[in-house]
Amino acid sequence: MAAISREEVAHLARLSRLAVTEEELDTFAGQLDVILQSVAQVGEVAAADIPPTSHSVPLTNVLREDVVTPCLTPQEALSGAPDAEEQRFRVPRILDEDVAS
Amino acid sequence: MTTTLPAYDEVVARWEPVIGLETHVELGTNTKMWCGCPTDFGGEPNTRVCPVCLGLPGSLPVANKAAIEATIRIGLALNCSIAEWCRFARKNYFYPDMPKNFQISQYDEPLCVDGYLDVDVNGETVRIGIERVHLEEDTGKTLHVGGATGRIHGATESLVDYNRAGIPLVEIVTKPIPGTGALAPEVARAYVTELRDVIRSLGVSDVRMEEGSLRCDVNTSLNRPGEEWGTRTETKNVNSLRSVERAVRSEMLRQASVLDAGGSITQETRHFHEDTGDTTPGRSKETATDYRYFPEPDLVPLAPDTAWVAELKAALPELPRLRRKRIQQDWGLSDLDMQSVVNAGAVELIERTVAAGATPAAARKWWLGELSRRANETGVELADVGATPEQVAELQGLVDAGRLNDKLARIVLEGVVGGEGSPTQIMTNRNLEVVSDTGALTAAVDEAIAANPDVADKIRSGKVAAAGALVGAVMKTTRGQADAKTVRELILARLGV
Repeated sequence: MAAISREEVAHLARLSRLAVTEEELDTFAGQLDVILQSVAQVGEVAAADIPPTSHSVPLTNVLREDVVTPCLTPQEALSGAPDAEEQRFRVPRILDEDVAS
Repeated sequence: MTTTLPAYDEVVARWEPVIGLETHVELGTNTKMWCGCPTDFGGEPNTRVCPVCLGLPGSLPVANKAAIEATIRIGLALNCSIAEWCRFARKNYFYPDMPKNFQISQYDEPLCVDGYLDVDVNGETVRIGIERVHLEEDTGKTLHVGGATGRIHGATESLVDYNRAGIPLVEIVTKPIPGTGALAPEVARAYVTELRDVIRSLGVSDVRMEEGSLRCDVNTSLNRPGEEWGTRTETKNVNSLRSVERAVRSEMLRQASVLDAGGSITQETRHFHEDTGDTTPGRSKETATDYRYFPEPDLVPLAPDTAWVAELKAALPELPRLRRKRIQQDWGLSDLDMQSVVNAGAVELIERTVAAGATPAAARKWWLGELSRRANETGVELADVGATPEQVAELQGLVDAGRLNDKLARIVLEGVVGGEGSPTQIMTNRNLEVVSDTGALTAAVDEAIAANPDVADKIRSGKVAAAGALVGAVMKTTRGQADAKTVRELILARLGV
């Protein structure tokens, strides 16, 4: 059985705002399935006493002091923006979306 | 759309509410959560940004130690356990208020869990369970333009300012709060008030609801007594303490009218409207975005060691509720008097006034009297009325020294509130000081005696009560700036009584 369905790929594409054709859905579903099957093989080897790894380096508590550092100028900040107006990034409106927090 | 809502008393007789509150607090750190950009308000758009908070490729976040400490301190003040090990998580969503296309938050491993906050409502203590306290980042500000109306519905474009993006934001979530019955709206308000006071006492945020550094979402559901909890709605856009209370009440009434008519409640986000006190539906949870949380790979885990946490705990200030109880004893106030001080938002103001030298009774008199009246009239918080505790103490000092009487002190206080300067300056500049020059007073007394020989005769013949008329005359010539008791004594002395 496939590890990821065509419908799940379509759902992920929608969440990522990617326009995916019907043929592409088939292609990507197949490719992602190969990747997930390979990861599943690793999962079979992992014993119950081995915790999942989220970070490859054994570090914790990397913190910085609360000290102000220089910012970009608005010109620099906006230099890579496709469009700007009133010193702000200008983007197409997004409706019916949740806002964080 | 108009629907007739049922009476509140009838609703709470038939339905039991369960409420829950999610509160966001912007921390008052110098810099943002993951970068050294300053957090100060009021900058020109996109002047507080850098590659990290703009999410530029190759940039890496590093957590702000002061923000971590502030969050742990909030957790400790709310009696939470502090996680020995936890991670940040990416919350993925598609909206331009975060340039990264995700918000760094915490998901299943919050920094603080399982605490409580005791609040006093109508003389009863209600223990509010705290589910979690976690740390995340605030978003940028979007401005919708184009179209005719300037509102998002008519807009064609959004303009984004990322100055606020990345500011440390603490989210505090209560456990569901059942069993409060008709008091649910007041409990909600009391909780947010107490939480605000706790956070303010920690000095980690200015917690101003009107400026958005404290924001609140209110969950409400209704169930019949003895039955399972109902479907809840989440009300957003609740921007004042009064609105917290109104939002719960309004949502209870709305849900009851739907349920009484045989309908069912949709799990959804609703928006509170300050002007009408109503809520209207927002996004339905059924179509909620799938946030695809996963551990943030760019930040290493956080493992606050026990010594650090113990140190932070030892350094916690006296918390507001205990402080109030101590103050009430120190000041010798009844529960009712203390409640009026608390309701007026005057605890700290009075405490600072006392610290500046006034007696508790005098400090309370000014803050709950003249200044509260003034704050109500102008619609500002008592703390923003325009007089400082130090000025009030100075004013009372002038009264105690006999340099101002009560009436003159009120005039001086008006001047203080109006920004004319310190009480002493105003008294001097406007020549309001009590006339204590005995020569000048004696002259005024003699003048009054000469102008009213019949009254003087009455007094001489033993009718001392008649002296009131002469006191009035002297007060008039001294424009109220004499001490009435001194004037009376002087009159009697001059007439040999």
